[in-house]
Amino acid sequence: MKFAVVNFPGSNCDMDLYYAIRDGINEQVELVDYRATSLDGFDGVLIPGGFSYGDYLRSGAIAVHAPIVKEIIRFANDGKIVLGICNGFQILTELGLLPGALVRNEKGRFICETVELEVVNTQTPFTNEYQANETIKVPVAHGEGRYYCDNETLSQLEENEQIVFRYKNNINGSVALIAGVTNKQKNVLGMMPHPERALEEIVGSNDGLNLFQSIINNQVRVNN
Amino acid sequence: MKLVKVYVTLKNSVLDAQGEAIKSAINTMGYRKLNDVHMGKYFELNFADDYQGLEEDVDKICDDLLANPNIETYRFEIMEDA
Repeated sequence: MKFAVVNFPGSNCDMDLYYAIRDGINEQVELVDYRATSLDGFDGVLIPGGFSYGDYLRSGAIAVHAPIVKEIIRFANDGKIVLGICNGFQILTELGLLPGALVRNEKGRFICETVELEVVNTQTPFTNEYQANETIKVPVAHGEGRYYCDNETLSQLEENEQIVFRYKNNINGSVALIAGVTNKQKNVLGMMPHPERALEEIVGSNDGLNLFQSIINNQVRVNN
Repeated sequence: MKLVKVYVTLKNSVLDAQGEAIKSAINTMGYRKLNDVHMGKYFELNFADDYQGLEEDVDKICDDLLANPNIETYRFEIMEDA
């Protein structure tokens, strides 16, 4: 598979994602500038963490108006793989490709630590390598990671099994402990934790590797 | 020129973490009978005098960029700016 890592001004986890693909799962990857207008030739788009446009206005709000975004929307609507991590998740909610929003942490503090997540749904292109209800360890690093949605949206998320990851503990005040959600079609995932920072035991956890491996497995299944 | 003043605040259903922190600081300053602080954003937009359909366009600018309707509400006022 060939992945695009979209680089916005202020993205800072772009190279982590790049290495996750190149060295973690040995697939093809290219950095794509936010001013580009085509994603032709790519099978998956990855939107990295960081502080696009300095988090001005609201995190992710200004990135939504960058030239590459129309193409990301087309890509998502075609059913192709789109993954947004941290700021990437914020961008996907601002875009409306994912429901809800990410607001300032309940206690107002930036949280930077490795946390436990429950894999809630293993029937997605991003999680098929995990065991049902498996607990994994993945780092978080965010000041605005509190997932918010209204009750009606939450019911829909539960009904359509769109909640993919939940925090084991309430770290930031997210509704229903939500750490990651997909769209209804399950080809777009947004999550606050950083699986690309959990690829080797030497950094504390390699639990993130299965997420990227799942995408490859899914593609193999689709092609067969 | 036409001056548009836009005010954006979090919906009441969304906890305002910054407002809470400010409230606790004001309490610490000794002002005890403070019930609530809501922090918002304020914008000034200047448009040409002969701008047609201004209200409609500002509404759209707010919906599409200045506010996130999932979590925020906004209001604006249009005035003549000398």
